Amino acid sequence: MELTGADIFVRCLEEEGVEYVFGYPGGAVLYLYDALFRQDAVKHILARHEQGAAHAADGYARATGRPGVVLVTSGPGVTNAVTGIATAYMDSIPLVVFSGQVPTHLIGNDAFQEVDSVGVTRPCVKHNFLVKDVKDLALTIKKAFYIATTGRPGPVVVDIPKDVTARKAVFRYPGTISMRSYNPVVRGHSGQIRKAVDLMLRAKRPILYTGGGVILGEGSGALTELTRLLGFPITNTLMGLGAYPATDRQFVGMLGMHGTYEANMAMHNCDVLIAVGARFDDRVTGNIEKFCPHARVIHIDIDPASISKNVKVDIPIVGSVDAVLREMIKVVGESDRRADPGALTEWWKQIDEWRSMDCLKYDRQSDVIKPQYVLECLYRLTAGDAYVTSDVGQHQMWTAQFYKFDRPRRWINSGGLGTMGFGLPAAMGVQLAFPDETVVCVTSEASVQMCIQELATCRQYGLPIKVVNLSNRYMGMVRQWQEFFYQGRYAMSYMEALPDFVRLAESYGHAGMHIERPEDVEGALREALKVRDKAVFLDFATDQAENVYPMIPAGAGQNEMILV
Amino acid sequence: MRHIISILLENEAGALSHVAGLFSARGYNIESLTVAPTEDPSLSRMTLVTSGSDDIIEQIIKQLNKLVDTVRLIDLTEGPHIEREMLLVKVRAEGGGTREEIKRVADIFRGRIIDVTDTTYTIELTGAWGKLDAFLDTLHRPLILEVVRSGVSGISRGEKVLQA
Ligand SMILES: Cc1ncc(C[n+]2csc(CCOP(=O)(O)OP(=O)(O)O)c2C)c(N)n1
Repeated sequence: MELTGADIFVRCLEEEGVEYVFGYPGGAVLYLYDALFRQDAVKHILARHEQGAAHAADGYARATGRPGVVLVTSGPGVTNAVTGIATAYMDSIPLVVFSGQVPTHLIGNDAFQEVDSVGVTRPCVKHNFLVKDVKDLALTIKKAFYIATTGRPGPVVVDIPKDVTARKAVFRYPGTISMRSYNPVVRGHSGQIRKAVDLMLRAKRPILYTGGGVILGEGSGALTELTRLLGFPITNTLMGLGAYPATDRQFVGMLGMHGTYEANMAMHNCDVLIAVGARFDDRVTGNIEKFCPHARVIHIDIDPASISKNVKVDIPIVGSVDAVLREMIKVVGESDRRADPGALTEWWKQIDEWRSMDCLKYDRQSDVIKPQYVLECLYRLTAGDAYVTSDVGQHQMWTAQFYKFDRPRRWINSGGLGTMGFGLPAAMGVQLAFPDETVVCVTSEASVQMCIQELATCRQYGLPIKVVNLSNRYMGMVRQWQEFFYQGRYAMSYMEALPDFVRLAESYGHAGMHIERPEDVEGALREALKVRDKAVFLDFATDQAENVYPMIPAGAGQNEMILV
Repeated sequence: MRHIISILLENEAGALSHVAGLFSARGYNIESLTVAPTEDPSLSRMTLVTSGSDDIIEQIIKQLNKLVDTVRLIDLTEGPHIEREMLLVKVRAEGGGTREEIKRVADIFRGRIIDVTDTTYTIELTGAWGKLDAFLDTLHRPLILEVVRSGVSGISRGEKVLQA
């Protein structure tokens, strides 16, 4: 039977098992919206800005591991979504973004609401398509989902001109697909794996350094097993938190610019570095010239282009992290060799010494609210089991430092692009995926205003998100850099003319609380966590002068941290 | 070092712009780039000349391989290969002596004069990149009116083939 392009679109989403589409309508997508209206297998969530829609789909994808789906109109719909697409791209999150386009005969005419969507999004997608013929639509959508979710995941844009959504074609959805030009590797090279294990077992001061790839590749189980089997210290990147239980003794904390002293010192002094699903980002390595000067490097990654990009690797292993780690467990298990126990004991002694510096200490006697204290309370009251999203800035770093994630996919933040405005819409996607779970958005007064309109979406769909606003009345991270590196000239970093967040939240139909005293923090959080029928905006007036410590200043090595 | 990379690409609308975008976004050099369909209409073949340190070339090759439209690629400079480029050059050719001299130089380089007027010659010359440069260097600079180079194409010597 022949179906219109719009109906084919909906049937494809059904075939892909899509639960939610996050979007915003407009002229070029009216047929698509009409087709969505006439069915109820796929639910549409109306965001209040296309950036919000993209972040919500992204949050959904990060929390579930399934692709997030976005639908926007041509022109401004697409350009508004670009920040969300780029955010997903930098963190390798699977999204399929459908954009409307002007009718094929008008393409290139500067038609109303025309933008070259394929051109605009090219630098921030894994791949994109313009569908010119309705006969190609189903296959293109199949390819889009396949490309977005396999190999190193990422966003894929499918641009569909309006006339293509009205024309008809026979609908047939391919069950499987293979593409001669796209064949992601799965298994790692066994010879390389043996070589790597051999090096690992000869190490005297080893460390595992693991990133978001472990979470994306569902490798947490294998990583935990292997790490315990080896007895090595392990550090996670900002994107990798939760891949290894943060409460475990072998975990030395996050590394990088605001990582722990022990993690960075262990990195700097290690002799064998086992990097798994991490990409040696500049915020992690500090000055690359000074990075891990004594280490031989093993790097496991699904993306060959990530290997030896920033740091020369001695043993590269291309493959899915889960498969490679499992094979390593087998090889270690079958071997009667173990890493030198004497050397490991020495190494742990050294690490524990670094640990005893207690680099995350802060003033617990303060009579203004310390942001770290709010996060410690939040951690305790949610038993470490909430889904936590964040925006970008100091609050993001404190959350990463003080909320101990024991499980993957619970910590949801924009690491690569560092997008302010991500937290609230991302939390919507998470809450939709897990309606009964506690979802907290940790944010601050500058970031939260970038997508504040999404409070309306929370209202419409009854999403009981807890917004923890750590309001220092500054763009705190900017202020911190200005204090440290620009002699305290606070150019444009003070947030003047702040709204009354309590009344703002209430005007959207949510609850609002303003908390000024440390002794009220716990009670407010307790009360908020009980609310299930609406969002709660907790506006904490936190210490304006607090800085994130420790810190590796730009240009310094990992062993040159500034401590409190 | 200079490298010649040959790529089989899906003959899709956006394929070329993905390659070009990659080079500009990551700041890699492109010395020349040629692309045309092959005997299989679903494939285009691109020849790309670039230069950089070994690390950069390694990244370029990995990034090119990562593009979804890339079916297969080879760095021709890693093995024995042939490279050819075509040059069209229009020169001012006035006066018997000058016309004679230009013709003589063209003959030495095995160039062909393919268009003649009272005042100009247009010469076609095919060869490796270095040979074309040498020819242009030999011509008296002020006589050169216009230079068109096709960009390099290349192929491996012997049995080795690049196929989908
Ligand atoms: C969209 C966007 N614009 C600008 C920045 C640069 N930036 C990084 S952190 C920051 C300040 C964030 O302030 P706030 O949300 O109040 O968080 P705090 O640092 O105070 O916790 C800014 C402006 C950014 N990351 N994203």
